[in-house]
Amino acid sequence: MTEPVLTFTDRGIYCPAGDFHIDPWRPVDRALITHGHADHARPGHGAYLATTGALPVIRHRLGQINAEDIAYGTARTIGGARVSFHPAGHLPGSAQIRVEVGGQVWVASGDYKTTPDGLSEPFEPVRCHAFITECTFGLPVFTWPSQDSVAADINAWWADNAAQGRASLLGAYSLGKAQRLLSVLDAQQGPILTHGAVEATNAILRTQGYALPDTIPVTPDMDAKAHKGALILAPPSALTSAWARRFGPASTGFASGWMRLRGIRRRRAMDRGFVVSDHADWSGLHQAIKATGAEKIFATHGYTEIFARWLKTYGYDAEVVPTEFGGEEEAS
Amino acid sequence: MKRFAALFTAIDQTTKTTAKTKALADYFTQAPDSDKLWCIALFLGRRPKRAVTTTALREWAAERAGIPLWLLEESYPIVGDLAETLALILPPPQQTSDHSLTHWIDVLRALHDAPQDDRKPRILEAWDQLDATERFLFNKLITGGFRIGVSRKLMTRALAQATGQEEATLAHKLMGGWTPESTSFHALIEAENPAADQSRPYPFYLAHQLDDTPDTLGDPADWQAEWKWDGIRGQLILRDNAHHVWSRGEELMTDRFPEFARAIDFLPPGTVLDGEIVAWDGAQPLPFNTLQPRIGRKTVPKKLLREAPVILLAYDLLEHGGHDQRDVPLADRRAALTTLLADLPEDAPIRLPPTLPFDTWNSLTDTRAKAREMRAEGLMLKRCNSPYLSGRKKGDWWKWKLAPLTVDAVMIYAQQGHGRRANLFTDFTFAVWQGNDLVPFAKAYSGLTDAEFEDITRWVRKNTLQRFGPVRQVRPEHVFEIAFEGIQPSTRHKSGIALRFPRMARWRHDKTAQEANTLDDLHALLAAYG
Repeated sequence: MTEPVLTFTDRGIYCPAGDFHIDPWRPVDRALITHGHADHARPGHGAYLATTGALPVIRHRLGQINAEDIAYGTARTIGGARVSFHPAGHLPGSAQIRVEVGGQVWVASGDYKTTPDGLSEPFEPVRCHAFITECTFGLPVFTWPSQDSVAADINAWWADNAAQGRASLLGAYSLGKAQRLLSVLDAQQGPILTHGAVEATNAILRTQGYALPDTIPVTPDMDAKAHKGALILAPPSALTSAWARRFGPASTGFASGWMRLRGIRRRRAMDRGFVVSDHADWSGLHQAIKATGAEKIFATHGYTEIFARWLKTYGYDAEVVPTEFGGEEEAS
Repeated sequence: MKRFAALFTAIDQTTKTTAKTKALADYFTQAPDSDKLWCIALFLGRRPKRAVTTTALREWAAERAGIPLWLLEESYPIVGDLAETLALILPPPQQTSDHSLTHWIDVLRALHDAPQDDRKPRILEAWDQLDATERFLFNKLITGGFRIGVSRKLMTRALAQATGQEEATLAHKLMGGWTPESTSFHALIEAENPAADQSRPYPFYLAHQLDDTPDTLGDPADWQAEWKWDGIRGQLILRDNAHHVWSRGEELMTDRFPEFARAIDFLPPGTVLDGEIVAWDGAQPLPFNTLQPRIGRKTVPKKLLREAPVILLAYDLLEHGGHDQRDVPLADRRAALTTLLADLPEDAPIRLPPTLPFDTWNSLTDTRAKAREMRAEGLMLKRCNSPYLSGRKKGDWWKWKLAPLTVDAVMIYAQQGHGRRANLFTDFTFAVWQGNDLVPFAKAYSGLTDAEFEDITRWVRKNTLQRFGPVRQVRPEHVFEIAFEGIQPSTRHKSGIALRFPRMARWRHDKTAQEANTLDDLHALLAAYG
């Protein structure tokens, strides 16, 4: 019986052969980070390793850190382990991390989606023996409409609001989702205004060369109502705060995978819910797992128990791994 | 169905009442009459007779989706709605169709008489022709419960906009025992003198809760006070030598309460009484839980009739001599009611409950404190010169309830809610101490804010000790103040008590589980108030 390549500790996923952690949630000496969302990239580690695409945002969020970047697909040896980062399609720069020890290959998926969004580097299946998969949306009720059809819905909603003299307030997480939406908005329709948290990420990604349409940052001294027919992109929490009132009459929308469920849509009490997720849907999870060729599957955050039970009926050796991930899109 | 689905989407996509009303008014202007009628019926909570069981629907949907049944069952509590769960897991339709709402309802009605073996292929065929929203609505036609944020008031307003009729007139037309099979849109809504429905009740006037002190209501002389009885609000209708009993929820309850058949012996036809149906011991009401078994039963065994005989405490007169009295001031209605009921025999199933004389709000406050002794929940305050309005209108009728009883209890089980509360833990079981044991005594699911439910949900996810199907046993750590209206002995519960309308008054972050109340405390309350 060979030693496991990766183990699960109270600090997170750990590689004994390389003495490093992946996305640890408590301070460790050496952390490999899949992407910049707060539940995966936490402060306090001795050394960080992340992709060239992901690191600028991580630096911006965590401040002074001892970090190194690595290109996709470049192998590096850490202790007795060989590691490489591969596109996860979750957001620009996001990665799955491949770890090989003594011929055994394990992959930690981080968060991922299998369908290309036109902005993030598309998900790349990595063959492995064991696959640690998220399953935020690991239920058969979660299937996503195509990005084109949702983009058309959002643009039509925006146009309709503009025609009715209303602003369009669109809620989306400030890293990833917001930029993905920006990239599909029809900028011909009117001005696009952004909340400070969204704009900070925009600025970093633009510097890195990601193509985003022009945006106007919302500032305290601006006349927010002067931008007729504007669409305003903001983090969901800002939509229900005093901040949102400056735009006058507005229709509110929220973009998330959870908007697939009517109960959650109603609880959010937004005018519109758009089904857009940066996580894999039910069929995406299956496609990804199948493509790895792995026989051993570890289900982490999401509907882990249900998902693992389902994988077992498919003949996989599936196991639930408790984690403390659960960030930007886990909470409904 | 596309038009109905578009209406549903328009209503579901907005939180603004004006937008909902407009969407509905447009529908009432444009849709075919039979669809309009069904739309009204559905939003009022009626549905075609159930043709297939939900068990069968689940099996067929799982099979069609190629997933095991258990996976569908696990998904259901997370979605929080069965019709929606089925719609979401089914593969995309292979065909398109644009039949009317009435067509699909006819399909379901035909299913009722179809051989068992024909039902499954017909449902699968329907699923395969409907898009996601249409499917959800189609499933809702079967499972029932169209809660889509359209109140009766909103629908009445939309109908008024579409037809140019008064809202109050329409509200009255919508009452009663009509079904889309028994009437038409023209007969129900448009006809000037609607075909006389002899059983049709009047829309109930509902009181608002008085949160301020009563002196905010002005001169006590302008007000009539009564006990607020704890029973079933009902209308007793006597017309053409027949009687009908309606609940506030517009359920025809005539057969459930055979006691009222005798009313036509004492009272003239053309009489409609509004009041509270209570179980009666000859002198005062019996506790609500005595009445409870009478509510669920369509026919009543003799034993139950003896144990829980009901009467109507009639406090208002809505029709007298065949004439609508609702515009007559309350004081005059009361006078006429008093005369009408003056000569009833002692054992008649109808009684005139007293009004409570008072000169000052202070003296009335003292009277209110005695409500529990009278088996009442508090007081009703009604303005003497007020007409009988329809629906919940502020100003003339107030309920002034006693402060509820409370205990501090420990949460021990949690379950997820439905619909808007899907994926949130909102249904809890509470326990009190008996020595070192926690004895469950009440379930409650209301009283917390959405934010508090979200907090407790996060906590439940991390503090589950054991699962029993959808129910999670949690670490006994959090204390809640449970408020309730009444307490009764019960042989059905381990704790030996049953509470009336328990709910969470407060989350007691300041208390540890050890500081919660005991079963002895509850039994002391039972002795004092039971």
